[in-house]
Amino acid sequence: MPAVQETVERVRAIDVDQYKYGFTTDIESELAPKGLDESTVRFISAKKNEPEWMLEWRLDAFRRWLTMREPTWARVSYPKIDFQDLYYYAAPKAKAGPKSIDEIDPEILKTYEKLGIPLRERDALLGIESSGGSKVAVDAVFDSVSVATTFKAELAKAGVIFCSISEAIREHPELVKQYLGSVVPVSDNFYATLNSAVFSDGSFVYVPKGVRCPMELSTYFRINEKNTGQFERTLIIADEGAYVSYLEGCTAPQRDENQLHAAVVELVALKDAEIKYSTVQNWYPGDAEGKGGIYNFVTKRGDCRGDNSKIAWTQVETGSAITWKYPSCILRGDNSQGEFYSIAISNGYQQVDSGTKMIHLGKNTSSRIISKGIAAGHSENTYRGLVSAHRRATGARNFTNCDSLLIGDKCGAHTVPYIEANNSSAMFEHEATTSKISDDQKFYCLQRGLSEEEAVALIVNGFVKDVLQQLPMEFAVEAQKLIAVSLEGSVG
Amino acid sequence: MDPSRVDFPPGPAGAPMDTMTMLDIRNLHARIDDREILKGLDLTLNAGEVHAIMGPNGSGKSTLSYVLAGKDDYEVTEGTATLDGEDLLEMEPDARAAAGLFLAFQYPIEIPGVANMTFLRTALNAQRKARGEAEISTPDFLRLVKEKASDLGISQEMLRRGVNVGFSGGEKKRNEILQMSILEPKLCILDETDSGLDIDALKIVAQGVNALRSPKRAMLVITHYQRLLDHIVPDVVHVMHQGRIVRSGGKELALELEASGYAAYGDAA
Ligand SMILES: Nc1ncnc2c1ncn2[C@@H]1O[C@H](COP(=O)(O)OP(=O)(O)OP(=O)(O)O)[C@@H](O)[C@H]1O
Ligand SMILES: [Mg+2]
Repeated sequence: MPAVQETVERVRAIDVDQYKYGFTTDIESELAPKGLDESTVRFISAKKNEPEWMLEWRLDAFRRWLTMREPTWARVSYPKIDFQDLYYYAAPKAKAGPKSIDEIDPEILKTYEKLGIPLRERDALLGIESSGGSKVAVDAVFDSVSVATTFKAELAKAGVIFCSISEAIREHPELVKQYLGSVVPVSDNFYATLNSAVFSDGSFVYVPKGVRCPMELSTYFRINEKNTGQFERTLIIADEGAYVSYLEGCTAPQRDENQLHAAVVELVALKDAEIKYSTVQNWYPGDAEGKGGIYNFVTKRGDCRGDNSKIAWTQVETGSAITWKYPSCILRGDNSQGEFYSIAISNGYQQVDSGTKMIHLGKNTSSRIISKGIAAGHSENTYRGLVSAHRRATGARNFTNCDSLLIGDKCGAHTVPYIEANNSSAMFEHEATTSKISDDQKFYCLQRGLSEEEAVALIVNGFVKDVLQQLPMEFAVEAQKLIAVSLEGSVG
Repeated sequence: MDPSRVDFPPGPAGAPMDTMTMLDIRNLHARIDDREILKGLDLTLNAGEVHAIMGPNGSGKSTLSYVLAGKDDYEVTEGTATLDGEDLLEMEPDARAAAGLFLAFQYPIEIPGVANMTFLRTALNAQRKARGEAEISTPDFLRLVKEKASDLGISQEMLRRGVNVGFSGGEKKRNEILQMSILEPKLCILDETDSGLDIDALKIVAQGVNALRSPKRAMLVITHYQRLLDHIVPDVVHVMHQGRIVRSGGKELALELEASGYAAYGDAA
């Protein structure tokens, strides 16, 4: 086929309806009334049996939110969201809290099975030593409520607290009071403030002094209820000398209306502590015209609060109609380190505006940013990154490498780096490339017998290898499959 | 091909009488953009034979190999090409590969981040799948690669590196032959595999190619130099000029060309 014609057909052939996980589960939900006012906030807080101080915290956030406006600086466009036309709370109709896995609604278990995360298999997934000798604990968030928490006992033995944020608010109020909102302040940004007012659930992790968390912690998010905003709130604290690796992964059912998601994740690493946070994100990206996908406005931030602390974000972003997400590090402690490894794939009509902020405050702090953006179809893929050094941040160092790969000629890749060095000893390096999958590379693969889709998947996997290597094994395999799936239909 | 142009009977001495036609090209015309490069090319290659194609720069040798492999920059305007009786020109490039056509590129392509080993395995399994065979097991694959790589003097380190990334010119060519010996194609097209090889590497590569010679396989060896043909002795030598085969003969034709060059073909087209 002549090249030009092929390109035209390739673009026509884009069919993001192939989304694998487009199904819904049939569970009656308990909904908060549609819309948002103080009574919604009170309803959510009451549903969660929250103490008075938490309700006040939420109400304070809500009042601030009323005075704020949606940010417009990102390179994304979408119809105006009517915040009064959303439900802010949905819970699977709970009997009493499930005591064992047998009490969990079989419908929910089935949904997880379709996603390839069978809770029934969790013994294998979680309990049994895998080849690497590693274990995974899943705190499954179904819609807005944690329905199953596993391996608590073993974690408890190590002194690790891993539970839903609602439970933490009730059981560990002193920790929550101390750290919640200490990284992402209540009034940080429009979506974070909204989240602070109406967050329904999420995860909480506390790893005590000197403890190396004995397993990878993992949460699977699902969005299920029609028109339900999802407002997870995650708080992870690694106390002095502690280490924890946290994995987050998600898919969502196919929907006509856009679904809003505005999560907040806060990480706190004290002296000598290390936190690794890995995400594989595969929410519904919308149909072939770009309708119906998830709007993902996330605030993720880590605070390297103590000296010699380290926080690493790794993300594989393939889903959502709109992604607005900048996992960041505040390098407050001396010698602290921040890392950001990202693969962002956009296809169809997806719009991605993602990147990171590395804020160097302490002395001899260092940061590293490796970003791989892949745009196919009619999508727009923007890397937006800020690296800044405070005037007291003597010896701050950053290395940024930002590569974009274009598949087809109807998509766009953009790089928007901001650099602010207020200390003359700061050393910031920035590399950026934009390339296309060359016809020669593709032909070489085809000549060896690979199909066009296999060829693209292989070349893309090569392109993102440096980031894939940063993921824990369990996720790297999954992510590799996901990359192939998300690029299906990107070639003719 | 036009029999009047053949001044030496094709086929190795003692070849079976019922030689099977493997590659049959008739009156092939191909163009890139608006420029015609192949201008009525005829060529027949039987199973078990090795043919060499020689010809001046720009005569269309690489173009022929790309057209046969199905590179889509080229448009075939006239003529036919069949592999074992099947219409090659109708097939997608990956289907041609699965049908057994292999092209060792004049300029092998780099694919950063994809380990050579992964590439080999993906290619082998893709072809097996296309032919309805099961995937090769990991131990079998590792054994196979180890054996073939050591024959060709390719180190484990090169197998782990990105496909052709940072390989020297000669290493790239050896890597092409490694792929060929693992994929075991039935039609091997070697486009100037000897260029960039040092004297020892030339021998190693020639050995690798000769090891693949078989009554069931045919080879089309594109080269400028006799020295390759000292090692890979062809049954037939063709001269290509301005997009056509203008003369065919036995292996001594190559020696003649080496002595007198292509001046005699200046007006042959
Ligand atoms: N993309 C292209 N656009 C225009 N002309 C081209 C293109 N590719 C090849 N050609 C021309 O086609 C002719 C044949 O090229 P080809 O590479 O097939 O020659 P060759 O016989 O392999 O030469 P060499 O011995 O130098 O490898 C050359 O004149 C070349 O310039
Ligand atoms: Mg050539």
